[in-house]
Amino acid sequence: MLRDALLLQLGYNATLVAVGATLLGISAGVTGTFLFLRKRALVSDAISHATLPGICLAFLLMVALGGDGRSLPGLLAGSALSAWIGLLCLNWLTRNTRLAEDAAIGAVLSVFFGFGIVLLTVIQTLGAGRQAGLEGFLLGSTAGMLWADALVIALGGAATLALILLIRRPMTLVAFDPEYAAARGVPVHRVDLAMMGLVMAVTVVGLKIVGLILIVALLIIPPVTARFWTERSDRVVLLSGLTGGLAGYLGAAISASAPNLPTGPIIVLVAFAFFALSLLVAPGRGVLAALLRHFRFQRRVHLRQGLLALAQGQPIFEQLTLRLLRRADLVRADGVATDAGRARAAKALRDETRWQIVRADQTHEAAAALYDGLRDIETVLTRDQIAEIDSRIGGPQEVPA
Amino acid sequence: MSGSEFVPLSLTPMLIGILAAVACALPGNFLVLRRQALIGDAISHVVLPGIVVAFLLTGVIAAWPMMLGAAGAAVVAVILIEAIRRLGRIEPGAAMGVVFTTMFAAGVLLLEQTDTSTVHLDVEHALYGNLESLIWLDATGWASLLDPVALAGLPVELSRILVTLVAVVGFIWLFWRPLKLSTFDEGFARTLGIRTNLLGLALVIVAAVAAVAAFDAVGSIIVIAMFICPPAAARMMTNTLEGQVGWSVIFAILSAVLGYVLAGYGPMWLGARDAVSAAGMIATISGLILALAARFGPCRTRSGAPVQV
Repeated sequence: MLRDALLLQLGYNATLVAVGATLLGISAGVTGTFLFLRKRALVSDAISHATLPGICLAFLLMVALGGDGRSLPGLLAGSALSAWIGLLCLNWLTRNTRLAEDAAIGAVLSVFFGFGIVLLTVIQTLGAGRQAGLEGFLLGSTAGMLWADALVIALGGAATLALILLIRRPMTLVAFDPEYAAARGVPVHRVDLAMMGLVMAVTVVGLKIVGLILIVALLIIPPVTARFWTERSDRVVLLSGLTGGLAGYLGAAISASAPNLPTGPIIVLVAFAFFALSLLVAPGRGVLAALLRHFRFQRRVHLRQGLLALAQGQPIFEQLTLRLLRRADLVRADGVATDAGRARAAKALRDETRWQIVRADQTHEAAAALYDGLRDIETVLTRDQIAEIDSRIGGPQEVPA
Repeated sequence: MSGSEFVPLSLTPMLIGILAAVACALPGNFLVLRRQALIGDAISHVVLPGIVVAFLLTGVIAAWPMMLGAAGAAVVAVILIEAIRRLGRIEPGAAMGVVFTTMFAAGVLLLEQTDTSTVHLDVEHALYGNLESLIWLDATGWASLLDPVALAGLPVELSRILVTLVAVVGFIWLFWRPLKLSTFDEGFARTLGIRTNLLGLALVIVAAVAAVAAFDAVGSIIVIAMFICPPAAARMMTNTLEGQVGWSVIFAILSAVLGYVLAGYGPMWLGARDAVSAAGMIATISGLILALAARFGPCRTRSGAPVQV
């Protein structure tokens, strides 16, 4: 069943949903990256909640004009309008009052959503059954998606991607360094607004599939996931689009494969699975990589301290140090140093003396700053410099047994 | 309007609305000042999975297991946000976004997967609450306020939110000085020996408890709106913390009363038959109050801070 779903063999509607979800995931992932890099990820939460009153008002207006009230383009236009108003309120509150951005986000989100709920109850009292389609926008409803709906979503997604391609450079610049961007003459405020406009477009397009509460997840989770794997912004954008698209596709397929699996939440959970995996295993920024780095560092410290202790003839009691030395064949099982161990120990002690001279000498100031007790002196100084230092220390002396 | 109609039908919902609004606005003051306003948003989203899990474990719709489940979910969410923020080195906003959307999605999925057709548990209910249905059927008029038999029939939500409000007020009253210090100058508070981390966590937990108790009666919209709008509006009115807390309580009560009255009677004045959502209307009114304060409040601008680009 799942195999059929993944190969788009589950019928017309499931295929439409899968294609739509994939496109949505890609554009949300790409757009969300800039939002995330600008550290304004939660603005999308305010925007998405602010769509609700617009949907309801558009519905009321279309009914008043004698229509059915459920035409998707009309509802989406209404949602875009109210999201834009919400966004302007948000910007005005943060720029002209003392409120911090998070308080402004929360205020816009709750007030617009509350007003939307009031309008929903108004619509409920108008006539039985007609509002059924509207509540689907809260959590998304992909059952009974029409070809025209899919077309709207596909066109919207494609337009969003094209716009991002056009203004990705100023957006990257503003995301990393707004002051520098302003100094270069980039209209920071307008670029910010454009970025938010893109977020709004993605939100509006995604209303039908994942709903307004969960669209935030598609804007936030893929960029955060992608950030684990690379340090370059263009690759984050690519990876994030890829993760988002994959999450959309897999989520739609899984949800079509069995009953009672709502599309929106499944897509979000798939995206989260990617995130959790990246958090664990990503090289560099992942948790496992950090643990490995920690253990490697610990081993180096223990080995170094063990060698210095051997060189000075002190007994070693630390079990980990002994185990590491024994595994490297530097000491025998009874704790006595082997030949190799004595040589390495003598070298460690000599290096320590060399470092002392380096650190006492003003001319080696830059090198001395690199001293951390672990660094090999050969990686910092040239052979000639070491020879010069050695001439101050004198020749090799006998290492105490 | 006569007492025989007002007391049974409107008095208790209005009281519950007021108490819930104040219980959320009080900790909201500190959250807004500490730039943690969206914790309230996150908590109100993760309450849904908590309630669903509690229902799955106990099999009944009962108040205490659900409140415990919701509070547990809130604590799990806070821990997860903190863990993801530190382990992944991700900015707090994004970490919060990852956690609360995922937990909400899991809650919706669980709800769809279990058979809840026999019980009243759905996403809409979680969002709007059911303030209008918390009526006091045993009351016959104002005299019932002194009648012990009728008083026994008060909705349990009223006593629960009252206990919560007392607990919230108690916490803020007890820890007023440390809270104030650590909110405005965390470094200084630490040098005085105040354990700011612990205090911050306690504040979030108190906020979660208030949110869960209020959520039970009025739904999550009011919770988010009351955490943020009254304190934010109060922030525009005064420069002292005491003043801000006072104003926020006034604004919270005003939104609850006005919102409830407008939702219940407003449509009838306009000629419509049915009331609209009280929870939504209360949130809307709080937003209007915030808008007025942001436009005309005496202390609305940032003083001395540079204009942000």
